[in-house]
Amino acid sequence: MSTRTVLHSADIARALTRISHEILESNKGPEDLVLLGIPTRGVTLAERIGALVSEFSGTAVPVGALDVTMYRDDLHRNPTRTPRPTQIPPGGIDGRTVVLVDDVLFSGRSIRAALDALGDIGRPGAVRLAILVDRGHRELPIRPDFVGKNLPSARDERVNVRLADVDGVEEVTIES
Amino acid sequence: MRHLLDTKTLSREEALRILDVAEDMRDTQSREVRKLPTLRGKTVVNLFFEDSTRTRISFEAAAKRLSADVINFSAKGSSVSKGESLQDTAQTLQAMGADAVVIRHGASGAPHTLATSGWISAGVVNAGDGTHEHPTQALLDAFTIRKRTFGDDSRGRDLDGLHVTIVGDVLHSRVARSNVWLLTALGAHVTLVAPPTLVPQDVSAWPVRIEYDLDAALGARPDAVMMLRIQLERMSAAYFPTEREYSRRWGLDAERLASLPAGSIVMHPGPMNRGLEISADAADSPRSTVLEQVANGVSVRMAALYLLLAGERTDTTAEEDAR
Repeated sequence: MSTRTVLHSADIARALTRISHEILESNKGPEDLVLLGIPTRGVTLAERIGALVSEFSGTAVPVGALDVTMYRDDLHRNPTRTPRPTQIPPGGIDGRTVVLVDDVLFSGRSIRAALDALGDIGRPGAVRLAILVDRGHRELPIRPDFVGKNLPSARDERVNVRLADVDGVEEVTIES
Repeated sequence: MRHLLDTKTLSREEALRILDVAEDMRDTQSREVRKLPTLRGKTVVNLFFEDSTRTRISFEAAAKRLSADVINFSAKGSSVSKGESLQDTAQTLQAMGADAVVIRHGASGAPHTLATSGWISAGVVNAGDGTHEHPTQALLDAFTIRKRTFGDDSRGRDLDGLHVTIVGDVLHSRVARSNVWLLTALGAHVTLVAPPTLVPQDVSAWPVRIEYDLDAALGARPDAVMMLRIQLERMSAAYFPTEREYSRRWGLDAERLASLPAGSIVMHPGPMNRGLEISADAADSPRSTVLEQVANGVSVRMAALYLLLAGERTDTTAEEDAR
């Protein structure tokens, strides 16, 4: 088994900076933006992107967390998952542009679950998807709008995103 | 989690897991759409051999909010009144494809028998058995105490150092037993207050303090006072001279309510005998958590059903099905 580091700390910082600019560009400013991270690392990434977007635009952009555990379609195939808190910013999501943030995009099933969860919370004007690493192998017709890095991988390889605030180290590795 | 039968064998970590998941369930209940798709296609059977309003409705609401199908079974008007045994009833439910059975039974240990007999492969939740245990009630009580004490910071916290006083008919109370085990496992100090005739014999082995005088117990400034219902239906003998005397010595009246320290709460598992163990002043005061307990009960039962049913079933079902 070999482990290769594909993104270092500086690469992650550059990717998040670029994503933040792209979000502002495509939304034509910070109006009505809401960033929702998918636990665990998606929340950390959403907070970082939120800070950057707020800094670049001069407007505080609300950031929250959206847990998708109870909407997954693979619950009965895995040991019981413990749900994580969902935090929707006080302004809600109705009519706003929600940017979902996650660390790795793989099958697309978590994002499908996230879309279902959003539907139970409100009706966003638009939903976008920001991803740090897109490793391919989609099982559903889901496509990210903002990508940190496209990482072609084999299905049986493992892609690990580690972030300083959660894991103590900051890197993206691929294990094969 | 395979079954939820009691709180005596529930570890602090397992209990905290249920309480923390209940926090998440509670959050989902303030959403525009309160129904979660989590347990779609699962069947929960409410098997009630004893009368119950709030526990059965609470389990039914919990299961429905998680999109499970609910079948209600009450012994009255069923084949049980024709003499069907628990085994035959259970096997019938198994054949109908129940994934979880919520059972209330007058005999202590009936849920345990159901879970270990091999009659069914479904997860078993004890919703009250005789004078043994009522684990989801204790969990919702602990949840309520935690929520009132720590508010939004409740996740991951136990009840370390809190003083809880449980007053009334401890002898017949499965709620008291479940609470004693759970609250002490979570680090709370529990004091039981009861007339000597309503204190169980084996109580010296419990991790609690016993007090016979309610005013002395309230003088110790408890953080929560839990009034138990006087269960006239379980009383086969005279345990106290008159209801009036009981009410005067062990009832929570307006005067005793006023003597409680600021911030302490008054709990009751319901249904209340107003004027007997709890006065209307106490039941309707801002300190009373009676209705919060009911609301939290749904969240806690959603958590229990989720932890029981959502994951992979590590049991013999697949083998049995293959046979």
